[in-house]
Amino acid sequence: MGIVTPGFFGKHREADPKLPPGQYETKDFPVLSAGPTPNIHAGEWQFSITNESGDVKRWTWDEFMALPIETVDTDIHCVTRWSKFGTSWRGVSLDTLFADVETDAGYTMAHSYGGYTTNVPLEDLLDGKAWVAFEFGGEPLDPEHGGPARLLVPHLYFWKSAKWITGLTMHETDELGFWEVNGYHAYGDPWKEQRYYYDS
Amino acid sequence: MKWEVADVVAIHEETPTARTLMLRIPGWAGALAGQHIDIRLTAPDGYQAARSYSLSSAASDELAAVSVELMPDGEVSPYLVRGISVGDQLEVIGPLGGWFVWRPEQQEPIRMIGGGSGVAPLVSILRTHIASGNTAPVSLLYSVRSPEFVYFRDELESLTASAGGEVTIQYTRHAPPAWQGTLGRLDAARITEWADAGTAASGAGAAAPSTYICGPTRFVELASDALVASGVDPMTIRTERFGGA
Ligand SMILES: Cc1cc2nc3c(=O)[nH]c(=O)nc-3n(C[C@H](O)[C@H](O)[C@H](O)COP(=O)(O)OP(=O)(O)OC[C@H]3O[C@@H](n4cnc5c(N)ncnc54)[C@H](O)[C@@H]3O)c2cc1C
Repeated sequence: MGIVTPGFFGKHREADPKLPPGQYETKDFPVLSAGPTPNIHAGEWQFSITNESGDVKRWTWDEFMALPIETVDTDIHCVTRWSKFGTSWRGVSLDTLFADVETDAGYTMAHSYGGYTTNVPLEDLLDGKAWVAFEFGGEPLDPEHGGPARLLVPHLYFWKSAKWITGLTMHETDELGFWEVNGYHAYGDPWKEQRYYYDS
Repeated sequence: MKWEVADVVAIHEETPTARTLMLRIPGWAGALAGQHIDIRLTAPDGYQAARSYSLSSAASDELAAVSVELMPDGEVSPYLVRGISVGDQLEVIGPLGGWFVWRPEQQEPIRMIGGGSGVAPLVSILRTHIASGNTAPVSLLYSVRSPEFVYFRDELESLTASAGGEVTIQYTRHAPPAWQGTLGRLDAARITEWADAGTAASGAGAAAPSTYICGPTRFVELASDALVASGVDPMTIRTERFGGA
């Protein structure tokens, strides 16, 4: 606990066990982006996974929509300290996407339209932990929030859920992505408050 | 980097609903222009709330300055704008953020668009630009409700002039009597017109400018969409979204 701030009592009083340390609940859906919002049409959208030998698996929007689609209800936690409970998404599980990918590499880099990247260990994407989501709250995902499709890795801070995703590349070592080079934590566990590069 | 106990050494009433706090932070070694700090408040029972605030001080200033706009239903901003006094202490961590920054090595023209309190990090860029003797052209487009809500009112013009640039204020509700512009919100046409005028003034062959856009999320979306639609390379636009639905 820090120094007490005289006269401050706070508003969001409930100590909710669903809230990671240093977070507060919001009903809004704030936007964290580093630049303008890219405007990508579903028709031009593509997704690919490239393994460490350079083999590429590619899906168009229509091929993607033909894959098994899952509904995901989850809490999300943004590094800028807001959390949103009970958000509802639809998307394709990374387990489905990786089913035919041959890889021995342990790390992935997510690549987005606009040039943004973020690094995620492969094990954080598999076993029902991550999706490529294209629907939020029953509606097509807004461009502001990453539409037409974004990665959804809700157990990590939300910048890891790369907006406007277009592909994953596999890597033997954990290289830093755009957000991580610019000061965010390499891994980003909200329960350990791994916000910034200097957090352990 | 860790949470530090900062002293509030001065407070300036910026507008009727905003204040600038000057903070002395132990171990403060300055910041990059455009960065922010997090401020954390702690209630007597240990409950804590933290929010981010952009620095308006120059990169190498000894004191860190933040300007806070009052959000009437907010948890932290009402306390910072109405509750705090000189001599009080606040916990802070920073400087933070590695992308929405301007470095004195940058030589390309600087184009900045701010809405409301979003002008704060842009003023940090202006101050740092002046302090560093950088000669890159600077321009600032600032959208604000009415004259009394202009942040850094006394300095804005002299700052941009010292930086060798110009400030264009867009009043959305009330304008001062002598103002030449057309009242109303910034829209895509006005933003593009302003940007094109700047490009023309820099002359042919000038390097492509870097653009910094900061303010409420809606405002940032509108301004950045307008520039991208007019052909500006998205990778040359850096944005900081302060929030709001
Ligand atoms: C990187 C960064 C830098 C920031 N820098 C500054 C700064 O220099 N000065 C400053 O005043 N604020 C700044 N903010 C916003 C600040 O962090 C808080 O969000 C703001 O002070 C509101 O906090 P609160 O606790 O009072 O309100 P909360 O209790 O968090 O929210 C109350 C309500 O206000 C709404 N709200 C929050 N922010 C805004 C907004 N900008 N416009 C409209 N509605 C809003 C919320 O959606 C919510 O409904 C910055 C935010 C970020 C992410």
